[in-house]
Parts: sequence; C-alpha cells; structure tokens
Amino acid sequence: MSRLSGKIVSVNGNMLGVAFEGDTMQNEVGYVISGDHRLKSEIIKIQGNVAFMQVFEYTKGLKVGDPVEFSGNMLSVELGPGLLSQVYDGLQNPLPELAEKFGFFLPVGVEFPPLPVNKEWEFTPQVKKGDRVKAGDRLGSVPEGIFEHRIMVPFYYSGEFTVEEVVVPGKYKIGNKVAVLRDEKGTLENVTMSFKWPVKIPIEAYKEKLGPEEPLVTRIRLIDTMFPIAKGGTYCIPGPFGAGKTVLQQITSRHAEVDIVIIAACGERAGEVVETLKEFPKIKDPRTGRSLMERTIIICNTSSMPVAARESSVYTGATIAEYYRQMGLNVLLLADSTSRWAQAMREISGRLEEIPGEEAYPAYLESRIASFYERAGLIRLNDGSKGSLTIGGTVSPAGGNFEEPVTQSTLKVVGAFHGLSRERAEARKFPSISPLESWSKYKSFIDEEDIVTARAVLDKGEKVNQMMKVVGEEGTSVEDYVMYLKSNFLDSVYLQQNGFDDVDAATTAERQKYVFGKVVGVLKADFPVKDKKQARGFFYSLRHKFIDWNYKSWGTDDFRKQEAAIDEALQRGPTAEDERTAE
Amino acid sequence: MRKVSTRILNISGNVVTVRADGVAYEELAEISASRGKSLAQVIRLNKDLVYLQVFSGARGVSTGDEVRFLGEPMRVGFSDKMMGRIFSGSGEPRDGGPAILENLTEIAGPAVNPSKRIIPKNMVRTNIPMIDVFNSLVESQKLPIFSVSGEPYDELLARIALQAEVDIIVIGGIGLKYDKYLYFRNTLEAGGALSRSIFFIHTAADPIVEGLMVPDLALAVAEKFALSGKRVLVLLSDMTNYADSLKEIAITMEQVPSNRGYPGDLYSQLASRYEKAVDFEGAGSITVLAVTTMPGDDITHPVPDNTGYITEGQFYLRNGRIEPFGSLSRLKQQVNKDTRKDHRAIMDGMIQLYSQYKETEEKRSMGFRMSDWDKKLLKYGGLFESQMMDLKVNIPLEEALDNGWKILGECFKPEETNFRTELIQEFWPK
Repeated sequence: MSRLSGKIVSVNGNMLGVAFEGDTMQNEVGYVISGDHRLKSEIIKIQGNVAFMQVFEYTKGLKVGDPVEFSGNMLSVELGPGLLSQVYDGLQNPLPELAEKFGFFLPVGVEFPPLPVNKEWEFTPQVKKGDRVKAGDRLGSVPEGIFEHRIMVPFYYSGEFTVEEVVVPGKYKIGNKVAVLRDEKGTLENVTMSFKWPVKIPIEAYKEKLGPEEPLVTRIRLIDTMFPIAKGGTYCIPGPFGAGKTVLQQITSRHAEVDIVIIAACGERAGEVVETLKEFPKIKDPRTGRSLMERTIIICNTSSMPVAARESSVYTGATIAEYYRQMGLNVLLLADSTSRWAQAMREISGRLEEIPGEEAYPAYLESRIASFYERAGLIRLNDGSKGSLTIGGTVSPAGGNFEEPVTQSTLKVVGAFHGLSRERAEARKFPSISPLESWSKYKSFIDEEDIVTARAVLDKGEKVNQMMKVVGEEGTSVEDYVMYLKSNFLDSVYLQQNGFDDVDAATTAERQKYVFGKVVGVLKADFPVKDKKQARGFFYSLRHKFIDWNYKSWGTDDFRKQEAAIDEALQRGPTAEDERTAE
Repeated sequence: MRKVSTRILNISGNVVTVRADGVAYEELAEISASRGKSLAQVIRLNKDLVYLQVFSGARGVSTGDEVRFLGEPMRVGFSDKMMGRIFSGSGEPRDGGPAILENLTEIAGPAVNPSKRIIPKNMVRTNIPMIDVFNSLVESQKLPIFSVSGEPYDELLARIALQAEVDIIVIGGIGLKYDKYLYFRNTLEAGGALSRSIFFIHTAADPIVEGLMVPDLALAVAEKFALSGKRVLVLLSDMTNYADSLKEIAITMEQVPSNRGYPGDLYSQLASRYEKAVDFEGAGSITVLAVTTMPGDDITHPVPDNTGYITEGQFYLRNGRIEPFGSLSRLKQQVNKDTRKDHRAIMDGMIQLYSQYKETEEKRSMGFRMSDWDKKLLKYGGLFESQMMDLKVNIPLEEALDNGWKILGECFKPEETNFRTELIQEFWPK
C-alpha cells in the first residue's frame, strides 16, 4: 500500500512543518525518515498544504527536505491481555525490553510491540454462533494474573454484529483469531485478542455513565474521613516542591482499595519512578497476597525524555485505564504531574506561535484539562455490571502559588481538592494535606455531623493559635487554650499518619469509623481542667495513648488493652499527675 | 562537501540568518568575521532560511562574512589527558594546551532508560556536619545550592570538591567571575585535586551564548567517565546564569515568554541537564551539585522554583550557613540507616530542638519572659550554630554525631529530649 508522504520544510525544536499533497488528518501519526531512524510524530495543526507535527523524539540532525511517511492512523495504544505489570514509556514502548536490547540509554526512533506477542493465553469463549453483539460486549475471557481479562468486541465496531464463529477453549496468542463477526451488511470481520484505540478519544462502549457515589477508600485517614474520594470521581493534589505529592501518590497506589492502579509518571524525576519500579514487585498486596506489581501499570515519561511524548503519556494512561474499566473493574489513574503535561502543551503551543493565554499557557488549557478529568467516571456496562475509573492528578504550581492557571483550571473540574502545605511538610506532618484549605464534594463513610464537629474544632483551634502568637500563652483564656489543645490533638492522633509504620500507614474504613468516633468523643467532651498547665499535661498524655493505639493491629488484644487505657484516662479526666507531666 | 554561505541576511541579538540547503538541525557552523572565527549552532530551520546562534556573539559580524557549515553537531573529546585542563564554553582549550580530539562524542546525548537506573545507595562524605549528619549527599544525587548573591557558595562547592570521595571532578562555570575561576583553580591545586579535575569555564566576560554549552559539555564528559567506571562529581556554578542565557536567546527568537520572560521550556531544559545524574549499574556514577542564585532571595523565582521540582532536594545557603529548614536531601533515607544507629535520631532530635530554639528566639525578641526551659534552648541554639552549622567545622560524620550528644548533654537532661532510652544509655555523655 502506498502511503501519503511529505517533506520537511521547517524545524523549530520538536515542531516540524511538513509539506504534503493529498489529504491528511488531524492527530495522524507520521514517521520522519532520517538516516536509519524513523522518528514518530503527530500532526497537531494543518495549514494549507503544510502539516505541523510534533516529534516524539529529539530532532537533532533533521534537515529541510527529509521525507515524512504518514500512517493514516491517529496516535493509538494497543489493548489486550498482557498490559498489567508493564512499564511503558509515553508511547507504550516497554522500557525493560528496550533496556535489554539497547542498554543504558533510550534509543532514537525505535518502536517495540507493547504486548507479549508469543505468550499464549487460556481463552474461554462466552458467546456462541448466532449471538448478537456490539462494541464492548464480551466474547470470552483469559485469566491475567488475578483478574479475568475480558476479550471484547473492538470498541470502534459500530452497529450490531452476529457471531459467525468462535474458537474452542484453548491457548491462543494475542494475534490469533478468536471469533468471526458478521455486520448488518454481511461483511465478515476477524476478531483477535488485541486491537488499537486512539488515545485522545475516550472509550464509550458502555450503556450509561453514572454519578460517583461509593467512596474509594485510600486508607489515608485525613482523605477518607475529611476529604473523601469517590469511585469514578476525580481529585487533585496541588503543592509546592518538597510538600510530598509524590510520596502521597505512592502511598495511595499501595493501599487504595481498587482493582488496578495505573501510574502515569509524567515529566517528573526518574529516581522516583525507579523506587516504584524496584519496590513494587517486592511488596505484597495485602488483599490478594500477590505482588503489588501484578495490579499495576506504569507509564513513565520522566523529565529528561522528549516533551511531546510527555503530552501523550497521560492519554496513554487514561486509555488503558478505560479499557480495564470496560471489564467491570475499579481502576485508579494517578497522574504525576499534570503541570508537566500542561507545560508540554505550552511548549508546543509556543512553537505553533499561537496567541498565548495567561502565563503563556494556550487558551484551550482549561478545556483540555476538563476533558481529561471527564474521562473518569462510574459506568454501567452493556451487561449491567459496573466499572469505575478514578483520576487523581498532582499539580506542581509555580512558586507554590495556587492562583496559577493549571491549578485553577483543575479546581474547576475536580470533585476533591487535597491542597498540600509547605508548613505542614516542613513540620514533618504526614500527610501534608492542609485540613483547613482542602475540600471534597463526595460523601464520606463517616457521619456528616461528626465531620462538622471536627472541622469546627480545627478552625477554632487555628484561630486561637494565631491569637496566641500575638498575645502569648499568658493572655489566652483556659477555654480557648483547651480548644487549641483539642485541635492539636485531632491533628496529631487522627489526621497525621506514620507512613513508615506497617499498621499506621493504612487504616481500613471500619477502623476509621471506630477510632474517629472515639476522637470526636474527646472533642465534644468538657474536661474539668484547673489551668492551662494541667490541660496541656492531660492532652499530651491522651495524645500519647492514642498514638500508641494507632500502632496496634486492629482487633488484637493489644488494641483492646490500649483502648481500655484510653477509656480509663477519659473517665478519670485531668489529674494532679497531668500537672507534673506539663512541667 | 561542506556548505558555505557568503551572505548573512539578518543579524538580531546573537542570532544570524543565512540561506542554505541541506543543513541539519543543531548542526555547527563557523563564521569568519573580521574579529576572528566563531562557532555557531543551528537553532531553527525554515525552508532555506537557517537561524544560527553565534557563540562568541554577533558583535562585529558583517553581512558579508562567510558562514561555513561543519556538517556535524557539537562534540567534545574525552581522554585521560583532560585531567587538570581548562576548556572554554565552546570546548576549546583556554590554558594554552592542545585540543582534545580523541573519542569525540556528541553532547546532550539520549536520556537514560529509567528501568536501567538503580536505587542510590552510597553516601558521599563531605565532612560538613550540616550535610553529612542532617542532609546526607548521596552518590548520583542532583542537588542545587540555593543562595542569594554574595553568599560563599563557590567556597562551599570548592570545599565539597576537595573533600568528597570521588574519582573525578568536572567543574562547569557559567558566567563565573574571573577571580572565582582563579579561586577554584588555586584551591583545587593547593588541595592536590587538580590532577583529577576538568574545567569548562565560561566567565562573565565571555559572550553570553557560549555559556549555554557548558552544562552539556561538562555532563557529556562526566557521562563518558562514569560509563568507564569512575565516580564523577559535576559542579555547576551558576545555573541561574544559564537560565538567563536561555531567556536571552528565546527573546531574540521572538518566542512567547512564559514567566518573567523565561521560555516555556525552562523546566524541560533544566531537567534534561540535571537528569544526567545517575548511578550506572555495574559502572560509575554522576553526582551533580549546582549553584542556583535566587534573585532577591525569592524561592518562587522561576529558576529556583523549576529547579526545586527537578532536583532531589536542595541546600539552602543563608548567612554563610546551610539552613536546616528549607534544606533537604530527598535521598538521605537511602543511606543514613546504615551509618551509625544514632544517626537518624540525632538528625531528627537536634533539628526539633533547634526549631524550638527558633521559636524561643522569636519570643525573646518580642520581649516575652524567658522560662528555665527557654534559657536552656537559647544555650543549645548557640552551641548548635557554632559547633554544627558553622561552615568552618570540618569533621567526619562520626565525630559530628559524638559532638551532637556532647552539646545535648551540656544543655539538657536526657528526659527532656525525645530520644529512645536505649540510645540515651549508649550515647548520652556520662
């Protein structure tokens, strides 16, 4: 087949102008032929007979006149069994395989099959000849790790099809035919176990999209109790550098109660991805007993890798996530960091000489961010089962200032905001999510009224704290001081967690409900304290007891013993001994 | 055949435009001006128009000057003979010695495959307690020194260079003052480290564009040595000058500025340099320390801000000391568990007390009454600043830890601190 080709007329960074004849399509993929290399690129603007293409590689050495081959396809990823536990670059090249073949450095202009071509999968058909099917319907399944991987009618098939033939159960490779479908006009189509889907187009082969309702338990108390996330919802984590965004994402990827986690490391430090790469295979998923890597896919386009591929990496992640959602699974996509993605858009927009918006970001920044987060959602599939895709993105605002365009555009569209504060991070408080600034539109599994009580204590405590900075401790009333101590108590025993402790790092919903009930009891209680010194001593010893309680495994004897000690202290109230502790 | 153009169409800033065919992006050219020859690099192609950035500046370039394309991108030699040598920002000898033409390699090569990286594991000892004890430097780390102009950051770099246990030191000076360059050279010479040092120096007097190549040259050479098994320390001073050069070229090229005039790709440009820091499995490593001066001590300025998002922590230099707050080594956890069992406890414990001292200090300056505890903290703060923070202190990690216990013992009773009983029994001064 002879493909349309073109010639380079201009080079500006990773942006090429390519003169062509005939027809090309927006977002079509082309390959620049430079010596032995084929550099993948994508059309992002067409002006007369010149297509502007962003190159997913470094453009050093390209010349005016170099030929470009157009592929006729949009930028796509391959979907099929074998995606789980893979480590891909932004264009779905498997990085470990590249390393094996090319050593330390990333090669230029190389494409690798993203899925294992020769691996055999145990296919079980679930349709029979004569069945009527449409895009997204299940034809059969193969086991992939702990999941049943559905082999579905490719999502780009439109209309109804009749199953003409389906293979017998047995071992097949992804390229093998597993079914033959006949469309309404009578044309026969062979279906294999994998197909391609363009990354920038959301997969919508389902019955309907539902509103997110059920909470997604991250096992981080501050999030689940105060600022919950919902399955199929969206949230963002903005924070200045050093505030712990990546650590928070890492902890979430370990403990979140979802089936599959997809990490899109977009333009961040390579070292952090390496930690995930090397640690995850060793960590056991407490719920399945298998390696955490078996439920994880990493899309890794670190800061020194070509910028255009960074732009596509979040879409690659979203597409793979949507694919698994089509199997009725709960998927969590963590994008770190969406600011780098936005900056990639800004670089490309600048090279296209578009009129810049605020801080030189393109005018379409907001709509791009909105449509990305809109890919999240809880859906009802054709067969009635439900699947969800939750998207959590970090934002790295310039100078830690939340007023900048990326943070603001993101806040408009997400359902929860977990704002990180540098002060909390520097005081070594984990998680460093600011309890005063953050918000969530989703419902927690904790009683609404208790949350209101807790927030009121935090607010008042902060006010007293501010006042004390001016008038000193001497000038504060006992009543105010107790309020300050209570908010301090809530923060240290419940909102903060020790990420390094096996027990305290992850708290189940059941335990959160139980412990929070007790904490709220303390917040509501009226303790007969003599003076500030006694109050301080009392709350410090109470705090100590609660923190020890956090370290005890749920339901053990130690847990009950510690609880008994707490109950006793609460019963007794402030004592003379508390005064001495406060010396 | 090498292409030659004899007609320069436009000269704007340090960028000239000529007409030529078959020229490659980022190819080098040589301009023969009346003042002498200068290298230039292709930074944009548009049909047959070629935009060149002239390293020695376009001053004195005439429209009739000859531009000869060299048919290759910027390359740098690599050889053991480079030790003790000094090169300019375009890679030419500036010490009168011969040019290095062996093993020429392209600069700004491809990125390392993340799946080939390893988790860093070796501490680089510097004998500076504020680094070794509180924010350990780790082999393959990339770390900037944030500071305002006038702070002794070059002195700090030189000291780390002299004391760090590495095989090779590559120093890249960008917009370096001439006397600082002499200072680096003389200090390393006096310390006997010149024979394992390589300099790429662009001084403040040199054309600004020439400084743009320095990080790439230094890192390309470092990478070659690292691949041959050497532990290389790359020192760059000052990356803010580098960013300013980027800004100048971007504005000349009429690029849309993003933040305070800096180009939109500032983050990517800085990242692709800093990310060269690596520990090659089965070979050597590159550790990068770079000075980033903060205009007006403003950490939200685009250069320190973008840098902070890229690097693995930062040393915050203020009033001639490395500040414990704000300074951070993100990789310290990888190494400080294996040094001595009291290392982490001292690290956290002393900083917590120092932070309490800071609060007390604030209260004192506001005229609040000082309690006994406050007085203890004041004494502690003084000792901590003079015996740990002062950059003159030059002691190994173990001695610094012992000294930490001594300071604690002088100021507090063991029960007043948060240390575990077991550590107190073993280490608290009797």
